[in-house]
Amino acid sequence: MPSAITLERVSKVYRRYGRGRRFATLKSALLTGSLVRHLSPKESFRALDDVSLTVGAGAACGVIGRNGSGKSTLLKLIAGITRPTSGEVRVGGRVSALIELGAGFHPEISGRENVFINGVMLGMSRREIDRRFQEIVEFAEIEDFIEAPVKTYSSGMYLRLGFAVAVHVDPEILIVDEVLAVGDEGFSLKCLDKFAEFKRRGKTILFVSHALSMVERFCDEAVWLDGGRKRMAGDPKRVAQMYLSDVEQAEDAHLAAEDARARQSSAPSGPPPPADREVDREVDREVDREMAGAASPDAADTPPDAPASAVEAPDEEAPAPDVPAQEGPENRPPDDMFEAREGRWGSGIVRIEQVTLEGPQGAAHVFHSGEPMTIRMQVVADRPVGDFAFGISIFSTDGVCCYGTNTRIEEMESNRFDGVGEVAFVIDRLDLVEGTYKVDVAVHKQDGFSYDYHRLLYTFRVKSNTRDVGIYRPRHAWQFSGNIRFKPLQT
Amino acid sequence: MPASLIRLFRYRGLIQILVARDLKARYRGSVLGFFWSFLNPLLLLLVYSFVFTTVIDRGDIAGLEPYAVFLFCGLLPWIWFSASLNESANTLIVNGNLIKKVVFPVEILPVVAVLSNLCHFVLGLPILFGFLAYYGIPLRLTELIWFPAVVAAQLCLTLGLSMILAALTVHFRDVKDLLANGLTLWFFATPILYDMSALPGGARAAMQLNPFAHLAIAYQEILFHEGPFGHRKWLFAVAGASGGLFLLGYWLFDRLRDSFAEEV
Repeated sequence: MPSAITLERVSKVYRRYGRGRRFATLKSALLTGSLVRHLSPKESFRALDDVSLTVGAGAACGVIGRNGSGKSTLLKLIAGITRPTSGEVRVGGRVSALIELGAGFHPEISGRENVFINGVMLGMSRREIDRRFQEIVEFAEIEDFIEAPVKTYSSGMYLRLGFAVAVHVDPEILIVDEVLAVGDEGFSLKCLDKFAEFKRRGKTILFVSHALSMVERFCDEAVWLDGGRKRMAGDPKRVAQMYLSDVEQAEDAHLAAEDARARQSSAPSGPPPPADREVDREVDREVDREMAGAASPDAADTPPDAPASAVEAPDEEAPAPDVPAQEGPENRPPDDMFEAREGRWGSGIVRIEQVTLEGPQGAAHVFHSGEPMTIRMQVVADRPVGDFAFGISIFSTDGVCCYGTNTRIEEMESNRFDGVGEVAFVIDRLDLVEGTYKVDVAVHKQDGFSYDYHRLLYTFRVKSNTRDVGIYRPRHAWQFSGNIRFKPLQT
Repeated sequence: MPASLIRLFRYRGLIQILVARDLKARYRGSVLGFFWSFLNPLLLLLVYSFVFTTVIDRGDIAGLEPYAVFLFCGLLPWIWFSASLNESANTLIVNGNLIKKVVFPVEILPVVAVLSNLCHFVLGLPILFGFLAYYGIPLRLTELIWFPAVVAAQLCLTLGLSMILAALTVHFRDVKDLLANGLTLWFFATPILYDMSALPGGARAAMQLNPFAHLAIAYQEILFHEGPFGHRKWLFAVAGASGGLFLLGYWLFDRLRDSFAEEV
């Protein structure tokens, strides 16, 4: 297969200048008479680093990578908008770049005139445009507005017209940068059809997208750029898979850092000061009881700030007297419990020292729907306690309590705990839909009095290949009678 | 460089369509539309001739009657010249989108700016000739055949300067402000409002270094003054220098071309 696009050890260095350069150097440049020297950079930034790449004629190649990985620079180099700092770019055939749609449209003149101007700019002759004009206008779906000045167009119309002109240039090589998000579903489909037609006619397509499914479905090969370097190239499914797992790792690190920050800012400063004011305790119990009211199971759609650990806070007598109250005002729960805010409070006699979320491969922040998950807590008791309960609850980012429980609800009677211990909450299948979730963990007395309460301090993300909605995904299967048929799964 | 000059010629279709776009877009939405191309120079002429014949009573314009026509002969080309340079200095920045996002032959942008102003100049010519006819100023064919040559020389000069200004403004935005003031000075240092012969000897010698002075004088001699076109020698010199300047400007532009997409 002859190659349509060849890159050989291509690097692109962008220059960054120190501040104030614009003010200082015209004068000095004129005084020293060295324009060229003053145009030299102060520091540089490598957007692409030693990238080699070959795309065969007639192939569709997807380029994936995070923001700032050099994808757009790569497209610009191939389109010929900029030149490489070193290395060589060879392109065979007419290139049409869908990088900026409608660039060069003049707002004051009509759509019709702009089609002609844009077409000539993109390399068509006037006769060619004449011939395809009707097709272009129909493709863009703006027949009624073609005589109106472009400045009156909606942004969707503007982009559609730009897209229509660009794909009718009839290029050998089509370069597409994230423009499929133009217009409604119908138009997106039309764009895909157009690309498919290009493919059928043996044109080469270079395609940048964050929509991995699109790359997997549409492309024959894929390139993964990372920090300006080529990380991987080859089969789109494999490349996309590797890319995805890399993204998850990064996300994991990011969530971990964020959680660490939240804990830092809510950590009690030093050991809680001793104070045995019965009033404070009374207030705490009052609050805990309020929370319990809000967490009744039938109030699931009210702001579920109530920690599950307080559900069914008992109407018992005063707390067991084996633990003298030792709590400071700093460690009290927030006044407004309906405000879902990260925080940590409690008397501190029993403390949760560390919490880890674990997936099948150990500590993680990103899980796949249906994977097992373990919430592991390291706990410490300063002195022997007999009255305690452990609780956890899981919240979605919009504050809905997805699940909450504690050992008391599950009718486990506490007996004794002393020293250092470990508690694990094991979930066999994390059947949540895709999204970000936060976790409360707590250790408290049977009546709800907090020893140590961590509110929304732990975050995890659930990934899923299905686009189902809601919170909970029950394990399920579809069954159909024989006369209901579906097409076989396309991959 | 010769190759890229040939490319410039290949883009003539694009240049043509962009000039047409400029002309169309400029007066779109105004009531008088295209008439502004005629009205603008006319109004400017009115202002200048009012100031210099009625407000300031000058002795030296005695030999320049009718003064308005004399003024117009130099003013119309000057408007073309100064508007072209002002637009060229801006054009790469205004059209940054084209440079950064599309494969586009950047060098045609200043060319388009100069040519669309040339169109306004040409549209102003009927008014100028109308004035000449109205005041009964005789035009001789032997002189008129030089008129296109002067226009061509001015075109070269303007294109060369435009290329340089367009390329430099991308790197130094100060050029725009310097240019605005520089053009005001240049205007008064050119024999448009007055006749060259009114100057003392030293100033006149210095004036010989001003290329636009020779162009203005050429226009005045061909259209306004009687007698043969005696400024021919200077016109050739200016035309030669302008050609050189165009090549220099194009070379500089070509040299800095790769930096535009990053700097705009």
